Amino acid sequence: MNTVVLLACTGLGLGALYFLVASGLSLIFGLMDVLNFAHGALLSVGAYAAWWAAGDGGMGFWLAVPFGTLVGTGAAVLLELVLIRPLYARPRDQILATVGVGLALPALLMGIWGADARPFPQPAALAGTVRLLGAVVPVNRFVLIGAALLVLLALRLFLARTRYGLIVRAGVEDRAMVTALGIDVRRAFTLVFAIGGAAAALGGALAGLYFGSVNPGQGTGLLIFAFVVVVMGGTGSVTGAAVASVAVGLVQQFANYYTAAGLGDLSVVVLLAVLLLVRPRGLTGRLA
Amino acid sequence: MTPLLSVRDLRVVIDGLHILHGVDLDVAPTGVTALLGRNGAGKTTTVRAIMGLVPRTGSVVLDGAEIGGLPTHRVVRRGIGYAPEDRGVFAGLTVAENLRLAERDSAPAYPLVHRLFPELKAREKQLAGTLSGGQQQMVAIGRTLLNGNRLIVADEPTKGLAPRIVTEVADVLARVAETVPVLLVEQNLALVRRVAGHCAVLADGRTAHRGAAAALLADEEAARRLLGVGRHPAPEVTP
Repeated sequence: MNTVVLLACTGLGLGALYFLVASGLSLIFGLMDVLNFAHGALLSVGAYAAWWAAGDGGMGFWLAVPFGTLVGTGAAVLLELVLIRPLYARPRDQILATVGVGLALPALLMGIWGADARPFPQPAALAGTVRLLGAVVPVNRFVLIGAALLVLLALRLFLARTRYGLIVRAGVEDRAMVTALGIDVRRAFTLVFAIGGAAAALGGALAGLYFGSVNPGQGTGLLIFAFVVVVMGGTGSVTGAAVASVAVGLVQQFANYYTAAGLGDLSVVVLLAVLLLVRPRGLTGRLA
Repeated sequence: MTPLLSVRDLRVVIDGLHILHGVDLDVAPTGVTALLGRNGAGKTTTVRAIMGLVPRTGSVVLDGAEIGGLPTHRVVRRGIGYAPEDRGVFAGLTVAENLRLAERDSAPAYPLVHRLFPELKAREKQLAGTLSGGQQQMVAIGRTLLNGNRLIVADEPTKGLAPRIVTEVADVLARVAETVPVLLVEQNLALVRRVAGHCAVLADGRTAHRGAAAALLADEEAARRLLGVGRHPAPEVTP
């Protein structure tokens, strides 16, 4: 029982991390048809910015996380304005450009801080463990789960209650028709990129807590599973991404423990294949 | 009479395929101007090109100002309301959200929309994707009426609708055209006969005829040659 609880909490924590990366990725792909292979790099930028701010920057963990999120958001906005926007009419070049940035940014981080993982400073309040149903669970799992729930709530409020949220929901269905109502959809594109970048960068900062360190390839590794989550959840669906994130995180953890280390990743691929056979449009019925 | 919208030498090439070869079209400053033609003549492409939804060359002048090079959202903001062929409603949004999305003016004309389409008020919380075709058409036309547009472009608004609903849509178009000029793409010639003052006919991506709608439809030989109809006209729209 203890093991099951611990695996469940760890799986949910990992799922929370996937959700933070996948939610923005899903909105960006759903609204803009942009396969953003640089999204993982945004996570790395957030992670390194938070790591630097918490250490050399002298801000401490609680200021370092918003700082990292802010830097990741800025990087996302810059990416959209400078690289993505001029290439909207050239989707193939757009993909190549995001792949390039996805490779270049981690290489840049590696060039500055080296390839080795850097220990992420853990604040005392989050470094301990709590007992839950007999299991000893690291506190940081709950921090990740809480952060993901807050982001999910904020995204749902944004989508349901704001005009830009309405534009994003409509744009996911039919972007051309949104423009035919007199709406400059490019502003929504930039906003969605900013939101996605913020969530990914927050994920990066909190991934430092989860893994205990940051490394240049962290974002790229998480991006693969984030894409799986997007496909499973249905593109453009934040709720679908949340459900799929939980499923992927739990399956990965339980399969790794009860079968053999490494089979967790394979299990996720099998889960994806089965889901697509049963529901080709993902959990929410949107075409992946 | 100076046209409200003047289109000259409008050309569209998509994926190397020439769709429009130089369309000329004038929309009268009052009433309904019908854009007619057989299937595949280029009617929908013409209105999509006017709206900037497809790459185009040529001149599109609205009320004296060139809008041919503007992106779609700026064309619309110049005062053109567009109800597309497929209605373009957002299935996952409610009726109220579909309408709210189209708001541009500080005081959107909801009283007018709800007077013309009381059903939209009653169904405002219903998802647009669950509406009937006629109700979706009401949403599409309603969106164009919310703002003080100078021109409304309606692409086959009666397509696929039941005869009773066709009559309702025709009534609404006739009422709308009393205050805002309408460019109407339509296959239902009985409806055209009832509401349109002027018309342009396209054939093979070119303008084949321009003039009074009633005169064209009264000329059986011309109607047969240009539109492929004659002895067996479409059923009348119930007055």
